[in-house]
Amino acid sequence: MNVRNAIPLFILLMLSAGANSGEKQGATGKGLYQLYCSQCHGLEGDGFGVNSYDMDVAPRDHTDTAEMVARTDEDLFKAIKFGGKAVNKSILMPKWDANMSDIEINLVVAYLRKLCCEESEE
Amino acid sequence: MKLFKIVHFTRAAAFGIAASAAAFTAVAEVADGRAQVANRCVACHATEVPADNFQTVADKVGRKGPPLYYAGQKYQREWLTKWLQNPQRITPAGGDYWANSVEVTDDGDEVVVDELPQHFALSEADAKSVSGYLSTLTPYPHLMPAEEYSPKKVNSLLAKKDFRKFKGCASCHRDKADFGGVSGPELYTAMNRLQPRFIASYIRNPDAWDTRTIMPNKGLNDVSVQKLMDYLTQIKTEEAQP
Repeated sequence: MNVRNAIPLFILLMLSAGANSGEKQGATGKGLYQLYCSQCHGLEGDGFGVNSYDMDVAPRDHTDTAEMVARTDEDLFKAIKFGGKAVNKSILMPKWDANMSDIEINLVVAYLRKLCCEESEE
Repeated sequence: MKLFKIVHFTRAAAFGIAASAAAFTAVAEVADGRAQVANRCVACHATEVPADNFQTVADKVGRKGPPLYYAGQKYQREWLTKWLQNPQRITPAGGDYWANSVEVTDDGDEVVVDELPQHFALSEADAKSVSGYLSTLTPYPHLMPAEEYSPKKVNSLLAKKDFRKFKGCASCHRDKADFGGVSGPELYTAMNRLQPRFIASYIRNPDAWDTRTIMPNKGLNDVSVQKLMDYLTQIKTEEAQP
């Protein structure tokens, strides 16, 4: 099998594995964001979460439109899945690959886009 | 000789009766503890291993206290018995889900202390029964490291830096009463409360214990885990000193 054939198969496998867990869990981007991300990034995503006060690096303000439009969805996915270090950001942003499936991380990415760049979220 | 035999037999019988009575008491205690947990704990804690080890976000958010279904591997029983009689808050933001008592303010998100759930105190007898039952809940023996934790000397400055900056543990956990995050349990008392082998396993693989844990898996190796454990041991010692 050459690489060109392998890529669609890989994507299909990823989607089917993720789709199962996504359906079963019924999680929303907002629900996941508030469970895992808001403790540092804030319930409204402004970077002032309950844990932010003693941190050396301020958590990213996800409502900052200018900052957020400069990042691609792929960057955001990578930062969440593999941690800040993977995108040359703070090591205080941990990797969440053990806590969320790829489908769930994509839900969070979609929610980030709402937070940063839509007038009224959900 | 005959007299010796009679005395010997009587002693053995008495010992046997005492041992049986102790075993009976222990069994009764566990049964009583099980009933109490079913009646008094399930409203706020998960007490059964989730089916397929699966939890929804809603499951997690709805709980006020930490999961108890692996309590026998997690807590030091003696500590648990005392704590149940005089419960003190361990996670500054309260509960299993950190945001239930948090509000958004103009200065940032804040814990509303008055809204934090209070754990009721148990009588000594009830605390013994409940901790007795909880100590039987050991569903994940394969997750525990084979070897007991053996503390090593540690450079306190480097260990603190490692905990706070390099590993980022202080983002969510406090290593002293007035420093660190609030969404995770305080860790300057961890070595008093928890079984060291559990701590090592949880640092390494938190999601294996609780599939909706809010603790990330940092993929640490044995050496890194040992360093963090040694720091927890050190701050426990400091905390214990007046």
